[in-house]
Amino acid sequence: MLNKLTVSSSPHIHLGERTSGIMLDVIIALIPAAIYGIILFGINAALVVLVSVVSAMLSEFIWNKILKKENSWFDLSAAVTGLILGLCLPPRLPIWMAALGSAIAIIVVKQMFGGLGQNFANPASTARITLMVSFPAAMTSFYEPFGNIVSSATPLVDDGALTVKEFLFGIHGGCIGEVAILPLIIGGLYLMARRIISPIIPTSFIATVFVFSWVLGLNPLNAILSGGLMLGAFFMATDYVTTPSFNLGKLIFGVGCGILTVVIRRFAALPEGVSYAILIMNLLVGYINKLTMQKPFFKEVKQK
Amino acid sequence: MKKHFSYLTNGIIKENPVLRLVLGTCPTLAVTTAAVNGIGMGVAATLVLLGSNIAISALRKFIPDKVRIPAYITIIAGFVTIVQMLVKAFLPTIDASLGIFLPLIVVNCIILGRAEMFASKNSILPSVLDAIGMGIGFTATLTLMGSIRELIGAGTLFGFPITQQFISPMVIMLLPPGGFFVFGILVALSNKLATKAGKEPVKNLGCSSCPMASSCANKKEAE
Repeated sequence: MLNKLTVSSSPHIHLGERTSGIMLDVIIALIPAAIYGIILFGINAALVVLVSVVSAMLSEFIWNKILKKENSWFDLSAAVTGLILGLCLPPRLPIWMAALGSAIAIIVVKQMFGGLGQNFANPASTARITLMVSFPAAMTSFYEPFGNIVSSATPLVDDGALTVKEFLFGIHGGCIGEVAILPLIIGGLYLMARRIISPIIPTSFIATVFVFSWVLGLNPLNAILSGGLMLGAFFMATDYVTTPSFNLGKLIFGVGCGILTVVIRRFAALPEGVSYAILIMNLLVGYINKLTMQKPFFKEVKQK
Repeated sequence: MKKHFSYLTNGIIKENPVLRLVLGTCPTLAVTTAAVNGIGMGVAATLVLLGSNIAISALRKFIPDKVRIPAYITIIAGFVTIVQMLVKAFLPTIDASLGIFLPLIVVNCIILGRAEMFASKNSILPSVLDAIGMGIGFTATLTLMGSIRELIGAGTLFGFPITQQFISPMVIMLLPPGGFFVFGILVALSNKLATKAGKEPVKNLGCSSCPMASSCANKKEAE
């Protein structure tokens, strides 16, 4: 009873949504991509995904235990981070690297800044960048699906050799959950239908990449179907904590991510720009929020 | 005697220039990609600090207050030139790995900070002890940082392979993010240890620790 009488700042009406409920929806949305990726790449991929999820939850549990904080590992947010990270790793990555990546995502990127709701950068994309910079060889050795141990270049490098159908069903080398576009789109649409994410960021992100690639003379269809764009746009760039709160801000965020992605892909010496673009835009979220703050309807009352 | 001993130990832990006073951050982050570089940078800065502390302490009554900063810089630059020439002549590999950060000791805030905070107010013996203590603190911190970054980033320690064969090294530790990360962790740990020992963590250093404090226009506002 006492809890209900506490005077607090808004919001006052609670819909009964919980962090764990939202996170469960995100996990459900990622399951198709995870299962499909495991079918494509086999037992190693399953191991990588599983290890990242378990390591993320363990890191959260151990960190809270050591610092004697209230334990939050059951709110599933760590599991979502681990799952997203696992899906953007190559299928035959040594599993200790996957475990390390998840630990970095949870401990360094999230908990060291104060835990859920306090981190300024997306844990999964930052951990991916850390792994990418640390172990460039392991992070870029991709394999063809169905067990052919042939290391192949990502479609971002050999432009134009694949058809749209091959992209949709992921019949090419790449990261576990990124190769097949169809399950990712299904997951993204599920989240939008459940109103977990707003469609503004994903659509503006993908549309900007399409248009800007086209302007720069790249194959626009290839640009939006390849690499980590779909996973990034639907699941990383829509994280509540690290993206703007208002609609105009979301639009700016999405367009900024799109432009940076294409600029990095086209002009930088990096194989993929989505996670970097998201991280750079994450840093600007505070300013975007400040600039796009919604004003109340009534006129400002001048105070004496 | 006890007081003199505390001048010596102050710089090592209690007022460690890098971790507790947060001075000399630029060379700390830039050169600690290997433990050997940390030692090289630390020893070079210590020698300069020793020389400049002695000279400034001896000249503290002759240097007019208004031009003391240029005077200190000139003295420090003289010692840096000597050290730089010695390193170039006898340790060319260290010289190559330290690069521009060796001549930049001239503007290292630890040295100017100690000149302003300590040597200009104390006689020669305490200044020597202070220089040695601060120098040991600086060298130890740089070596520790360099060892951590080298061990994780390259799998070696002082050039000898340790974990190289069975764990692929994390290259990011040798790059700027790794430097900031290790630095942040070490400052956090030293703050934790300091609060345990009942001392204030590094938070607001105030104007007294700034070498420009007496000539600073914002001093009153900040206080």
